[in-house]
Amino acid sequence: MNELIFFFNKVVVAGTVIGSIYALGAIGVTLVFAILRFSHFAHADIMTFGAFMSYILVVAFPELGGYVGLPTGFVVMPIAMLVTAFFAVGLDKAFYKPLRDNNVKPVVMVIASIGVTLMIQGVLRLFAGTTSRNFYFAENKEIFRIKLPFEAASRKIFITEPQILLVLFLIVAVISLHFFLTRSRLGKAMRAMSDNPDLSRISGINTNVVVWTTWMIAGGLAAAAGTLLSLDVTLKPDLSFNILLPIFAAAVVGGVGKPYGAIAGGFVVGFAETLAIFNWSILLRPFSGIIPDWIDVPSTIAFVPTEYKIVVPFVLLIAILVWRPTGIFKGKVL
Amino acid sequence: MTLLNATGLHGGYGGMNILNGIDMSIDSNEIGVIIGANGAGKSTALKAIFGLLNVTEGSVLLNGKNITNMAPDKLVRAGMGFVPQEHNIFPSLSVLENLEMGAFVRRDNFSHLIDQIYEYFPDLAEKRNQPAGELSGGQRQMVAMGRALMTEPSLLLLDEPTAGLSPRFMNVIFDRVVEINKSGVGILMVEQNAKQALAIAHKGFVLAAGRNRYTDTGQALLNDPDVAKSFLGG
Repeated sequence: MNELIFFFNKVVVAGTVIGSIYALGAIGVTLVFAILRFSHFAHADIMTFGAFMSYILVVAFPELGGYVGLPTGFVVMPIAMLVTAFFAVGLDKAFYKPLRDNNVKPVVMVIASIGVTLMIQGVLRLFAGTTSRNFYFAENKEIFRIKLPFEAASRKIFITEPQILLVLFLIVAVISLHFFLTRSRLGKAMRAMSDNPDLSRISGINTNVVVWTTWMIAGGLAAAAGTLLSLDVTLKPDLSFNILLPIFAAAVVGGVGKPYGAIAGGFVVGFAETLAIFNWSILLRPFSGIIPDWIDVPSTIAFVPTEYKIVVPFVLLIAILVWRPTGIFKGKVL
Repeated sequence: MTLLNATGLHGGYGGMNILNGIDMSIDSNEIGVIIGANGAGKSTALKAIFGLLNVTEGSVLLNGKNITNMAPDKLVRAGMGFVPQEHNIFPSLSVLENLEMGAFVRRDNFSHLIDQIYEYFPDLAEKRNQPAGELSGGQRQMVAMGRALMTEPSLLLLDEPTAGLSPRFMNVIFDRVVEINKSGVGILMVEQNAKQALAIAHKGFVLAAGRNRYTDTGQALLNDPDVAKSFLGG
């Protein structure tokens, strides 16, 4: 029983948490691809930027969370999302729009986004250094230890407050995005532009407004993902480096250009990671009496050692590109 | 006042001229049909009028207002609608959403227009919630025309609306073109089915090598033995 609880904590909870973060990031990547037709490599740095915005606000107003009984980082997150949304629009105006106006090939945009990545990383390190930062310096992180009503279950299920907030936020974000894309005039115009940019222009759709809206949604969600991840663990300046590949894998696995695919892809990649690094030997322990002596069960049976977990999204990415390039939700072929 | 008056249009792609001086004029109660051999500049002429291609010489007037080289989204607001020959729908959007996108520039209530388009094309009313990409070729053309009509344009440009359609759908499209024109919308269309198109045309423009070869009423062109021999298959 305890082994199953261990599995739940290490795979189900951890997979849901990291899957939600990947999903929030991948939605942005996929929306930018749907509208602007290029892979935006600086997306993970927008996440880091958003997390730093939240951190600055937490440092400025550390007491804020106490008033509403939520972590301060979560309370200030909407402001960070807004700032980051405008930051993303600013990046577009400064770097991508001039290129677009000159009708450059998508690969030029991709390379430009790598440049933007390096720039944001440099600027963040210049101002914030390279140390990890903890959002919980003025308050305590609430951890829920849930005891199951079974005799044999002495271990507890661990869930932290930011993890619950993350999952709730993802649910609200996905429902809002769904209604935005299917009910609002601008959301439908986004889908129209993803379908057929030339016809959108011919129909009189203001494509600049659609592009800015896309950046605002992508930037806002990236800030939320960065903040929520930093609340769960810590804020590291190299956050983007570790998360870029998984969010791209999530977007591709789900089907590039498909927001619902990005969500599914996020969870596929998240669970693939946690399942791959899980020590399966633990689940075999209760059976130690049944397993014959001549089978020597090693103390660690994992598909991938933890420090190599980045291999998992990489392998998934390659596999999906080889066998099903359009992803689960039949997106665009890269 | 003439609805559309294009005079001496020159233009093309990447410095190469395809149009070498084209004149066209249409009144709001008229259907104009452009015919000609492949490469004569038929579609290019429509695109030049709709600002999709740089006009290097000549001018386009809509209701007397100079609209030469104006951006397509401004032309939509100025009262022009354009239906391209290909890729003329949003495939993943429903029929209704396609029509709504046509009305993107409108801020008023346009539900009566959607009803009117369902009256023109009853097929669409049945499939209103279906993704447009799942429809047949003829129905897609109906969606495309419906989308362009959502701004209540004074001039509708159609690029080969019956290309690749079955005779049944072809007749439906021609009938609707006449009906839409009778409601006060001037129509300028490029057509491969020249005989059928000229039969409903008030004006016909026969193009060759980017110039007007013959310009007359549709009926006169149909009866012209030279036109018949060279452009209508004898």
